[in-house]
Amino acid sequence: MQHDYFPRYEPKTAVGRWFDDRLPLTRLMYDSFVAYPVPRNLNYFYTFGGILSIMLVVQIVTGVVLAMHYVPHEDFAFDSIEHIMRNVNYGWLLRYIHSNGASMFFLAVYIHIFRGLYFGSYKAPREILWILGVVIFLLMMATAFMGYVLPWGQMSFWGATVITNLFSAIPLVGESVVTWLWGGFAVGQPTLNRFYSLHYLLPFMIAGVVALHVWALHVTGQTNPTGIEVKSKQDVVPFTPHATIKDAFAMTLFLILFAWFVFYLPNYLGHADNYQKADPLVTPAHIVPEWYLLPFYAILRAVPSKLFGVVLMFGSIAVLFILPWLDTSRVRSANYRPLYRQFFWIFVVVCIGLGYLGAKPAEGGYVVAARILTIYYFAHFFLILPLLGLFENPRPRPASIADSVLGPADQPSGAPAAAGGVAAPETRG
Amino acid sequence: MHNALIRLLAAILLVLPLASLSYAADDESGTPHYPKNKPRHVSWSFAGPFGTFDPQQLQRGLQVYREACAACHSLGYVAFRTLASESGPHLSADAVRALASEYIIEDPDAPEGERPGRASDVFPDAPPYPDANPPDLSVITKARTVERGFPTFIFDIFTQYQETGPDYLYSLLTGYQDPPDDVEVPDGNYYNPYFVSGTALAMPPPLFEEAIAYAQNADDNPNNDVPETVDQYAKDVTAFLMWTAEPHMTDRKSLGLAVMIFLIVLAGLVYYTKKKVWAEAH
Amino acid sequence: MTRTTTADLGADAPDAETEATRRDFLLIATGAFAAVGTAAAVWPFIHQMNPDASALALSSIEVDISSIEEGQAITVMWQGKPVSIRYRSAAEMEEARATPVDDLADPLARNDNLDATAPANDENRSVPGREQWLIMLKVCTHLGCIPLDEAGEFGGWFCPCHGSHYDTAGRIRIGPAPENMAIPPFEFLDETLVRIG
Repeated sequence: MQHDYFPRYEPKTAVGRWFDDRLPLTRLMYDSFVAYPVPRNLNYFYTFGGILSIMLVVQIVTGVVLAMHYVPHEDFAFDSIEHIMRNVNYGWLLRYIHSNGASMFFLAVYIHIFRGLYFGSYKAPREILWILGVVIFLLMMATAFMGYVLPWGQMSFWGATVITNLFSAIPLVGESVVTWLWGGFAVGQPTLNRFYSLHYLLPFMIAGVVALHVWALHVTGQTNPTGIEVKSKQDVVPFTPHATIKDAFAMTLFLILFAWFVFYLPNYLGHADNYQKADPLVTPAHIVPEWYLLPFYAILRAVPSKLFGVVLMFGSIAVLFILPWLDTSRVRSANYRPLYRQFFWIFVVVCIGLGYLGAKPAEGGYVVAARILTIYYFAHFFLILPLLGLFENPRPRPASIADSVLGPADQPSGAPAAAGGVAAPETRG
Repeated sequence: MHNALIRLLAAILLVLPLASLSYAADDESGTPHYPKNKPRHVSWSFAGPFGTFDPQQLQRGLQVYREACAACHSLGYVAFRTLASESGPHLSADAVRALASEYIIEDPDAPEGERPGRASDVFPDAPPYPDANPPDLSVITKARTVERGFPTFIFDIFTQYQETGPDYLYSLLTGYQDPPDDVEVPDGNYYNPYFVSGTALAMPPPLFEEAIAYAQNADDNPNNDVPETVDQYAKDVTAFLMWTAEPHMTDRKSLGLAVMIFLIVLAGLVYYTKKKVWAEAH
Repeated sequence: MTRTTTADLGADAPDAETEATRRDFLLIATGAFAAVGTAAAVWPFIHQMNPDASALALSSIEVDISSIEEGQAITVMWQGKPVSIRYRSAAEMEEARATPVDDLADPLARNDNLDATAPANDENRSVPGREQWLIMLKVCTHLGCIPLDEAGEFGGWFCPCHGSHYDTAGRIRIGPAPENMAIPPFEFLDETLVRIG
């Protein structure tokens, strides 16, 4: 981000200068994570980017360590998990961190995404930033799905069977694609082995796209609850210490939630059937994915056509790619869009509803409800968002970020901020 | 004006799925839902954030497993040595060796291809059962669950209720009864309204009153008054199988307490630092 | 909540110095506390690479030696390493005993059943009363290769990797290996059964 709000990196020693002339790594870190200006009015929903990077590190570190004990073989995979749980020093801890970590990762990413939806973070000039985020989300889903296969329990095996079979819906080449994915004529040893390899690879691809995501962020700068761009030094604080310490506080609170699950409810978010070894002859009564994929699963099952169901399921994610061009409103933040704000919350409820329905059997009224919610899901993007921009009367916005926090600029310097000003309640640091 | 219209439309859209849900709840045509009866709750010693296993109970449970279950069900992930665990059954090293040596272990390196068990061995497989596949019991208390339903499953996060598996197993073991008139029980099956995937299962009732004489009830033991009932047997063997499924549970909960205290103190410290840092920015 | 303090992050108000000190103290205390927690959290990640409970449980094996004839040896695996159990001939023992300890490259017995300072005479390489039995980790003390049996200039073992020669008591005589081959802890349970470990 081009700015002259805070002093840039200035090497203080001869060694520092020597190094900086050859590899300005310290300069990059300093200018990106110390002197980088962030809007002063960011609320706690803006701390989830930092939380997500911590979660990525936690997942990679515990995953690398678990890979030292795991055996990617259909005869030994389940046993090696039990070996980790019983014999490996702290193996139970590492595995529970990794399995619950996936859930926490998705919890954080959903809050992060909905924050972006609420405050219009996808709008110009941040389209690339948003699209990179959707790419990360897709990679996360692929990684989580393949990781869930590795314990080779009943849900692993049948989840893998069902999800890979989605590709058989592709006309003409579907069957060949599925056989290619499996490396055989059913989910088996080749499938497990390649999923293990890819499950190890993809997180590093995620890390790469995250680097691009952060790069794009640092080009445009953060959005903020007002949706107004930074205009002066009044509007910003330096990343360190202000944002750093605030992120650290949010991370600590998030770790408390994480620890609650790891130490006291380690199997709450998992499925009991996955403690049974995979059996290619017996399908569990209810195959359900992990909770974080349930809304998409509900959309898949809502459609009575195989191909169309798969198309809609992938479409429900793909629509996020074109979201920046579907929303016609010039106002970013929902704080100043009275109608969009209501539709946003309806959309949240619809997504949660789809998640609930994804866990229910596909029968009777559940299917009807899932169909209605699916239609609404797409209507939100293709009808409501384009039309709202045309019909909605946005509320007046403050002149600047500083105004929204500290009161209008025409007040004498040092006067207390006007209570009940245009500031949104969550602008308090 | 059109704001109000849009709101009305949205409200209708929201009510529709709710209405279809209530229709779903009344739906009789769908597949039947099991179990017929929800599991009965037991007050387990291992429940809650400070729960621990009772070694005496686990030793009794081990005896029940060996006398009532082991003929058909394996315990293939449990090593004899772990029975000495202080937070588990807490057998002495000699008792573990003696127990292990009662089993015959297949070992290609042994002179006759088999040898007496050692502490480092796991329980050998149960003999094959004709026409059925009795599951291994090592993780059975984690592999069985009964759906809790909305909103109970949300409360469970706060109450830390984790005992669906044990409650289910206990209810199943004590739940055999005569079938009501309107239920057909196929030959070779046994009616049990707590069974998770039907009304009857192939496993015959395994426990009977006074069928097992607890070693703990020997005359020279000060606590020799454990009731020898189906209810007690079921509780003891379920507790034992909870331990086999989660042998590090006590370590997990005690480490969890330390981690929680650390994180809460850290959160307090970071919060005050954050307040100090931001005080200058306002 | 005032404008002035915002604008100048480095303002020198009268209280600024004590405020800054308090902030520094809090920062350091918080940082130190977090560092302690991080250090503690690292331990499980290190400890998971140590031998696990099932490996530790296999720390001893029992071997039936009744089938070994004089001049013969068997090799068994103990903790993932080969252990040579050799029924030495009278000639081999004679040769080993004739060698003065002063001539040895490594004067210590390297016998886990004895004191660490015990000299490397032939008696200290076996057990009293069963001196014909040499029970030894057949791992070269140079870089861990497995030496060849009944080979080398001293008729004991020869390591082809880097040319270490061991005598009939498994003691290093020539070559880069620094120590005699190790004697693991063992015990004769009866005439034909020995427990290693």
